[in-house]
Parts: sequence; C-alpha cells; structure tokens
Amino acid sequence: MEFRKMALAAVASAVGLAGIAATAYADQPIPALVYRTGAYAPSGIPLANGYLDYFAMINERDGGVNGVPLAVEECDTGYATDRGVECYDRTKGTGGGATVYSPWSTGITYALIEKATNDKIPILSMGYGRTSAANGKVFPYVFNFPATYWSQATSVVQYIANEAGGLDKLKGMRFAYIYLDHPYGKEPIPTLDVLAEKFGFTYDKYPVPPASMTEQKSIWLQIRKTKPDYAIMWGWGAMNGTAVREASNIRFPMEKFIGNWWSGGNDAVVPAGKGSIGYKSATFHGVGTGFDAYKDVEAMYAAGKGSSADKAEHNNPLWARGFANAAYIVEAIRTAQAKFGNRQISGEEMRWGLENLDLSEERIAEMGMTGYIPPLKITCENHEGDNPAILVQQWKGDKWEIISDWVPAMTEVVAPLIEQDSAQYASENNITPRSCN
Amino acid sequence: MIYREAGVFKTSYDADMALLPIPMDKYFVIAVTLFAVIVVPFISNEYWLGSILVPVLILSIAAIGLNILTGYAGQVSLGTGAFMAAGAYMGYKFVTAFPDVNIIFGILAGGVSSAMIGIVFGAPSLRIKGFYLAVTTLAAQFFLIWLFQKQPWFVNYSISGVPTAPPREIFGILVTGAEASATARYVFVVCFTIALAWIARNLVRGRVGRTWMAIRDMDIAAELIGIRPLQTKLSAFAISSFYCGVAGALWAFCYINTVEPSAFDINRSFQILFMVIVGGLGSILGSFLGAAFIFTLPIFLNNFFGVLGLDVSTATIRHIEFMVFGGLIVFFLIVEPHGLARLWALAKEKLRMWPFPY
Amino acid sequence: MEFLQSIFVTPFVEIVDSPYFFFEVFFGGLMAGVMYSLVALGFVLIFKASGVFNFSQGVMVLFAALNFVGLLEHGVPIWLAFLITMAIMTALAFAVERLVLRHLVNQEPIILFMATIGLAFFLEGFGETLWGSEIKPLEVGIPNDVWFMGDAMIQQADVFAAVVAGAMVTVLALFFHYTRVGRALRAVADDHQAALSIGIPLNHIWIIVWAVAGVVALVAGILWGSKLGVQFSLSVIALKALPVLILGGFTSIPGAIIGGLIIGAGEKVAEVYWGSVFGGAIEEWFAYIVALVFLFFRPQGLFGDKIIERV
Repeated sequence: MEFRKMALAAVASAVGLAGIAATAYADQPIPALVYRTGAYAPSGIPLANGYLDYFAMINERDGGVNGVPLAVEECDTGYATDRGVECYDRTKGTGGGATVYSPWSTGITYALIEKATNDKIPILSMGYGRTSAANGKVFPYVFNFPATYWSQATSVVQYIANEAGGLDKLKGMRFAYIYLDHPYGKEPIPTLDVLAEKFGFTYDKYPVPPASMTEQKSIWLQIRKTKPDYAIMWGWGAMNGTAVREASNIRFPMEKFIGNWWSGGNDAVVPAGKGSIGYKSATFHGVGTGFDAYKDVEAMYAAGKGSSADKAEHNNPLWARGFANAAYIVEAIRTAQAKFGNRQISGEEMRWGLENLDLSEERIAEMGMTGYIPPLKITCENHEGDNPAILVQQWKGDKWEIISDWVPAMTEVVAPLIEQDSAQYASENNITPRSCN
Repeated sequence: MIYREAGVFKTSYDADMALLPIPMDKYFVIAVTLFAVIVVPFISNEYWLGSILVPVLILSIAAIGLNILTGYAGQVSLGTGAFMAAGAYMGYKFVTAFPDVNIIFGILAGGVSSAMIGIVFGAPSLRIKGFYLAVTTLAAQFFLIWLFQKQPWFVNYSISGVPTAPPREIFGILVTGAEASATARYVFVVCFTIALAWIARNLVRGRVGRTWMAIRDMDIAAELIGIRPLQTKLSAFAISSFYCGVAGALWAFCYINTVEPSAFDINRSFQILFMVIVGGLGSILGSFLGAAFIFTLPIFLNNFFGVLGLDVSTATIRHIEFMVFGGLIVFFLIVEPHGLARLWALAKEKLRMWPFPY
Repeated sequence: MEFLQSIFVTPFVEIVDSPYFFFEVFFGGLMAGVMYSLVALGFVLIFKASGVFNFSQGVMVLFAALNFVGLLEHGVPIWLAFLITMAIMTALAFAVERLVLRHLVNQEPIILFMATIGLAFFLEGFGETLWGSEIKPLEVGIPNDVWFMGDAMIQQADVFAAVVAGAMVTVLALFFHYTRVGRALRAVADDHQAALSIGIPLNHIWIIVWAVAGVVALVAGILWGSKLGVQFSLSVIALKALPVLILGGFTSIPGAIIGGLIIGAGEKVAEVYWGSVFGGAIEEWFAYIVALVFLFFRPQGLFGDKIIERV
C-alpha cells in the first residue's frame, strides 16, 4: 500500500516535471524564488518569510486582491543561478502564467532578464540586479525601484556629507570601501569614482573573495593602519557578520561604519554581539514594529496562518524587505486590475501595472505603511521611480532604529551612468530602445 | 538472446576497426543519436528541452572532459569549473571581438584557450601525484576565477561585470542568447555533444588513449616501456580542458545566457567530478549517465515531495534533497563503485543470456 | 619599472617603516593559521589511520557546532552540551564506519573521497533539518578584549584559540605516544597489513580516529563559531585547510600545525603588502600557489612520508 502510494507519487512527480499539471484556476499565480537553504540562508529565510506573509495576509484579510486570491508557489534556489533558472522555467507556466518574479539574487536576475523579457513576464528586482535596468526604454520588463545600487552609493556619500556638515566637507576625506569580490560588490565602483572626483575625497578598495569571506583579518589590519574617516561596505552573507566582527575587534568606531542595504540584516550584527552596537546600514524601507500593516499580520499569526516567522522577526530589516516587496507587487496588481478588470492578470498586464504604479501618501496610509515606504511613481522611461532615497538605520544592541530622514540620491550623477551602461547593453544585444511617448 | 555478440564475422580490417564493431551496438547508438536529434525536439516541451536536456548535455561534455583526465589518464582534478570559466570568458571575448565569425568558431576558440590554460596548470602533474595534485588543481580553480573577475578586459569593461551572451545565428536561426528558442539551442548543443563524444570515443581507443591508460595504471612502468609522461599527461590536460572549455562556453551562451563567475565555482567542479565517478570512470557512456543522474536527481527529489502533496516547507524539502542526494551517492559507491556504466554492462550481460541464464 | 618597484621595493620600505604594523600583520596571520590548522588536523588524523581523504571534515565542523549551539539554546549547560556533542560525534563515527567505510574497504582512494563528499551532503542536510539554517550566535566566554604591545594590537580571542589548539595537540601527542590505543593507531598508520596481522582490529581503530576527528571538529567549530556565529559558511573553511594540508603533508600532525602557521602568516603578509599591486583579494589563491610551488620541490609536503615508487 505504502509502496503503491510512493510509486504513484513518483509517476505524478514525473508528470509534474513534464509540466503537464494543467489545473486551471483563476488565482493570481505568484512563483516565489526563495533560498531557505545554503550559505546565504540566514539572509534568505527572513526575506522569504516577509514576502510570503504579506501575500498570506492579503488572502486572509481581504480574500485576495479584489477577490482574486494570490497563489504563491515557493521554489528554493539555494541562491544558485542554474537552480534559479530551472525554478523559473518550471514555474513560469503555472496557473495560466506567472505574474511577476522577484529573483532575490543578482546572479539569477541577470540570467532571467532576457528570458523574462522574451516570455513577457516582468521582473521586480527591488534594490538589486542590474542597475541600468532602471532605463525602461531598453529594459521594458525589468523594474528595480525604489532605488538602485548606484543611487544608494550616492545617498550614502550624501549621508556622510550631512553628518560632516555639507558636501564641501568631503574634500580630503578618506573612505574604506569593503566589498564582496563579485559583480555585485563591484557595481558601485564607477559611481564612487565619479563622486570621488567630484567632491575631492579618496577611497581605498578592499575586495573580499567569496570563497574566503569569513577571513578578513588582513583587510581590517590595513584599515586599522590607514584610519579612514568612514568605512562603507557592500557585503553579503557571512561576509557581513565577519566584517562587523573584525571591525569591532580592531575597535573601529562603529558609527563610522556604514553598510549597504544587504549588509543591514540581523545576520550582520548577531555574530559580533555587543561589539556591533552603533553599526549603521542603509535601507529603502522603514524598520521597526509600529506599522499598522503589522497588526494584521499579527492577527493572521494568531489565527495560525502565515509563514513560520513570529513577531520577533518583524524587527529584522530583511523580513521587512520581503514584506515591502510583496506590498509593491500587490499594489501593481491593483493598478493593473483597475485597467484590465478584477480578474487574473497576465504577465504583460502586470508589466503595465508596474509601469503605471503611482503610490501616493494617501494610498500608503490606507495600506497602513506610512513611513514604511516612500511615495513612488514609476514611468515608462524610469523604472527606478522618481524618488530614489534611502534611510539610515543603526543597530542598538537589540533592534534596528532609523536615525535619519530620507536621504535623496544624486540622480544627476547616476542618470548618465545608467544611460551609458544601458546603451552599451542595447548595442551589444541589437536592441532598439522603445519610444515612451 | 536479445543482445547478441556472436555470429559477427568480420571480413575486412575496416570492419574490425569500426567504432562499434557489433551490429546491435551500432544500430542502437545510431538509433539513439537520430532519436536525440530528430525526434526529441518534437516530442519535448520547452521546459524539458531548455531546462533539463540542454544543461545535461552541456554537463555531459564537461564530464567527458574530466573523464579523459581522471578516468583515462588517472589525474584527479578539482579545477573543472575554472576550465569551464576559461572557455566561457575567452569564448565571449572571441565572439564579441569578431562578431561576424560563426558562433561555432567562437565556442571552439573558448575551448582552445582553455586547453592552453590547462597545459599550464597541468605541468605540475609531472611531479605531483594523487591527492596532492587534486588539491593543487584547486589553485587553478581559485586563481582563474579571480583573474576573470579582476580584469575588466575579460568582460569588455562592462560596468556591471556580468555580460550577456550575445545573440548569434546559424543558418538564420538564433542559437545563443535568451531569445533563441529552446529547440534551436537544444539542437545546437546536441550536435556539439555528438561530435565531441564521437571524437572522444575515437581518441580513447587509439594510440593516445592507450598511452593515457598506461600512464594511469602505472606511470613509472609506462615510462619504462617508452611512453613519454610529459606529452601524455599534458595532452590529457589539454584535451580535457578543451572539452571543459567548450562546455563552459555553451553553458554561458546556451543555458544561463550570462557570463558570470559564480556559475563556475568550486561546487561546479565537485558536481562534475561526481558525474564522472557515479557515471563510471573511464567510460564515455558513463559520462552521459552520470551527468543526467547528478543533474536531474535534485530536481526530481524537489518535485517529488512537492507532488506528494505532503505539507512540508520548502526548506525541509531542500534539506531532505541534500540528505537523500548524499545518501544515494554513498549507496551507489557501495553497491557499484564502477558507476552506472557498469550497470549498463551488466544489463547487456543479462540480455545476452536471457532467458536462459546458464 | 614602476610595477617592479611596487613588488620588490615599496613593500619592504613599508615593513621597515612601521615594524609594529608588520608584527601585527604577521602575528595576526599566525593566529589565523592556527585556526586553519585545527581544521587540517582532523583531515590528517583520518588520512593517517585510514587513508581516506575526508572531505566532510569541514561539514563535521559545522555539524558539531550546530549541535553544540542547539543544545545551548535549549538551556543545557556548556560542559554538558560539550559532552553530549562529543557523544553525538562518536555515534557519528560509529555510523560512518558501519554504513560507509566497512563497505568500501579496498576501494580506490578516489571512491572513498567521493563517499566522504556524499557524507558531507548528508550531514549538511541533516544538521540543518535538526537545527535550522538561521545564524546562531555562540557565547562560551572566550575573552574578547585586546592587548597592546607597543603599537601592535593583539586579540585575546586569537591567543585563546592558539592556547586551545596547542593544548589539544599536546593531548593528542600524549594520547598517541602513551596509550595502548595510541600505539595501535600508530601501528595502523605505519602499515595496515602488518597491523592487521598482529591482531589490531582495524574497524575499531577507524571508529576511534573518526571520533577523535569529530572532537577536533567540535573544538574548531566552537572557536570559529564564537567568532562568526554558527552558520552554513563554517563548512567552507575546509577549503582554507586544504593548502595547509598539502604544504604540511597529509600524514603529519606537526606538518598540519606548521603548514597552518606558514600559510596563515604568508597570506596575510602577502595580502597587506602585495595585494594592492594585483588588485586585491589575492588571499583566495595565494595559499594554493604557495603550496603548488612548494610541492614542485617536495612532492610529499613538508613532513609527509616520502613517496617511494616501485614498478
């Protein structure tokens, strides 16, 4: 009996592999490429939980978006590009066609840009992936609002200037830039070069090789010697925790150590214990526990639904990031439904929804997210949004606290770089940028 | 009964030297090849072609490459990923530098560059042996990946550092890049695979292959009977790296569509070593079986629990996948250390005797 | 010219300029090397006694640390958690011998090597199923302050790790030299066949060796874990131990220690003084290249058994 069941399941899974599972349902299919396992799981788990919790909350509280339930299907990528591609291929046809993908990995995003464009499924790579995809003329199906890596780099420099008392004070400053030696970590270097020239500061580059990201002693010894005014980090995974730990070991002043938004999760500060108090990082959404939307999530937890997360996890910025990501997606679905009707929408309609997303302060208040996400307007040309900005958060020993206002990016610095890179991409791939008029 | 070797009488040297001297083998292989090229593209859907068969075939090429080095020449390498990366990056350079040259040459150029790099990193094998050599090939793994990442020249100074595979056509049909249809990419890859497997099969049964095997079985003895270790070992490294390089270029151009370093990290090297061991050391067929097995097993396991309808979390599925995968590897090594290829040989044995196994 | 100068002149000028900093880098490197040695030690033990190149040593470090921290989280006192984890690692040794090694006797070394990679996969999945993949902080009261020697800063945690490693090597040395089991272990390492023929039970020896390697992994896991938090990445430190192994020789315990010190100090000094010439992050491959060059002259490593080949 047992054996028969197993055999049946084996056959069924083979069928599933073949992609013939053709159950027609009118739910809105949202495949979630998550990574709850592997070397990056400490970051991936809260992201995935936050992402799922918002969708579950919408289903639970409202019965879906305007009556269309959201069918979320997880696929674990382990942060590996080839598994991500396989997951994408496996899930893109489910339930009548995937709505949108958030790959949660720069590598997977790069691999999917052309594939998804070809399949007419939009990608929302929120604050990661290809920066120049902000140019909607060349990348119609890729969105990276609310801010890109390059915008973030300018915002961080702006924040340092604010602290020092003005952009002119940057002259003669020396920064240390610690980054993962990977395309992701090298991404902001051109921007920093432009900024360094413009404002007269210098910076030393300290690459951390991915295979030995837990071994950064030599880097921090050099930093101890050169005594930079600020240390800026573009880290990921175990590198974050190690860096914060080493910084506290050499007694680097933590309030002068600023991570980017992927260096601002609990996994960055937990290993160093008390030593990490004062460490700062960027974020593009609010952090804390006081938001109205969270109350609905807690009610859902009380009813025994939602992810395996608990209330305590809400203070983890990575959980909040997954949550914010899902909120943007739901709002884009609403936008698309307003045009195409309250039914299951296709990938192409979703693209329209994302491109015409217009989140006003009032709408954000209705969502119970005031101060959590900034007002945002996406246009055909600009897929980064009209208002890229970051908040700076600081680790207080038991929780993160926002310590700054929104620090706007220097779009005048970033825009030409985006133009240049997307033009190179377009010419290499024989793409004629579409017209947005 | 079903499989017969007897009754084949060769009347010419040509027949005796044929690649597959037994007619049944010959017809079977031809049938499979024709089936793979002509029938499969029609009966498979996009998911099977693009996400399962293409990567399996590409990895088979890499596995054949490593099998030449490890299975035939007896040199253990943990640097396969790096040689694939060399093929991918150099192939990319070649294709973008000469956009009008046929893509086939671009991919072969990747393989040739990789072969040259393989000779450099193979040189220590003359003095260093066994696991010492295996660990030193890790030097190639880490150094090459570092080099390709560090030098913006390799990615044409692209700001993002992850260039996209350029779309290229053969006979007016796109075969690389994301817009190429799964069928086109599959046919392109399968042709490469068949050609390379055919060459490999001929190499290993010829003089070169025999010297490799002599070196593998005992290099000092081989040296005494007049086989030159330098040429033999380096040729094994060069040809193995060539195969890996071609596989790497195909992986970047026809599967993931980007040239990125993390696709060729140390885990890739281990994965391909697994394929070779599980498939069978010193067997071309085994390389295919191993590649198919190691690549699809995790995906199958992952689907299996999903379809089972059990309410288990994604993370648990993945953990079980790891455990079952690890357990199966150990199990396989215990029951059949000679790999899947040996099972195939046993099956043939059975078929020959059937239904009177005495 | 400028390039040559930046390789051959500038770094030495810098060293002479601030000797304290050089000392700090060098000392820090030695201490990092001690940590590598701890992982390498586990490899050597198993290779010596059973000829198995145990790739799962890195995952064993993770697995031991996961169990240890998991027990601590459940309110078990430290000493008890340590004992329970030791018991778990011993049970693991039993299981490995029963289920894996016993069936693979007389197989090619590469097959055994592959089997340990399979084991690594299994342990990874098993450990994470039991305890989850989240990062777990580990506090066992390792001092976290610094000392100053002149201008040079010395981490107490590093010194502590070095002391622990030193103590462990001493205990192992005593164990090998003065106990019955230790003598049997040395006999097996010397010659399997001869040891068998005088009645030393190989299977028991294997269990003991794997258990000892498990305890070494536990100690390494606690030291690394209290530095980085217990997380999946602990298993990749095995890769840092491999060049140590080939430099020191697969079969030598002192080799693992001295190899670790050379690699640790060498790669830190190289990264700090020469890294920027090559664009940084040379640490990743430096150790391997050093080991490779070294092997060219001594193919069996620093202290490894001389390889004698006969036809």
